[in-house]
Amino acid sequence: MKISVVIYAAPADQQANASALHFCRAALAAGHQIYRLFFYEQGVNTANELSVFPQDESHLSQQWQTLIKENKLDAVVCVASALKRGILNAEEARRYEKSAKTLASGFEISGLGQWVDACIHSDRVVSFGS
Amino acid sequence: MSKNKVISLIIRQAPYGSSRAKATLDMALSAAVFEQSVQLIFMDDGVFQLLAKQDPAAIGAKNTSAALTALPLYGIETVYVASESLQQRGLAAEDLSISARVSGWQEISALLHRSDTVISL
Repeated sequence: MKISVVIYAAPADQQANASALHFCRAALAAGHQIYRLFFYEQGVNTANELSVFPQDESHLSQQWQTLIKENKLDAVVCVASALKRGILNAEEARRYEKSAKTLASGFEISGLGQWVDACIHSDRVVSFGS
Repeated sequence: MSKNKVISLIIRQAPYGSSRAKATLDMALSAAVFEQSVQLIFMDDGVFQLLAKQDPAAIGAKNTSAALTALPLYGIETVYVASESLQQRGLAAEDLSISARVSGWQEISALLHRSDTVISL
């Protein structure tokens, strides 16, 4: 089955972010295809390269990055949500004259059109966070 | 983007308490722009988003209800609102800023049943 996952939850705040990660791992292990990950609202904080977690806590952003890299997943961060929360790629950082790019590797910034496209092309769209 | 899917958005959050009202509306408008069939369903505290005469200027927030009047321009013709949620809050159809179809749970359940994707925010 082709599955897309929408993540509204921030990694440091809501368990739903970790649940989404575990769901993706389980879906891939069961042989399903993940068409796209779409990070929206607070979920975009997952893609913040600057986040630092204590050593005894799981570093969710890093785990997402590993999952994305190992499975060559399409991971999209909503541009409107991202800019407001300081998640910028090099191009946006230049455009808005900000001092740093903060988007972690493996993620790309795009719009809600990518979410609509995911709804069109997936058998299931599963969302995490509220 | 071509295939037409039925995308239902269940709106449960009051406006101005969080960014959710705008986030859900943005999703609805995007789906409509890409010519998907959008079903907007307001229930629970989400029905407050439909109230007429909102003025959130004092709290420095944008009036989210203004965007609702643009829904028909995007091809979102019918907006559904849960009758029970209105009743629980002492509201009636004439208190709303746009014309919405007041629906019972049975109708809402049928709407969800015929959806390809359901988003609940």
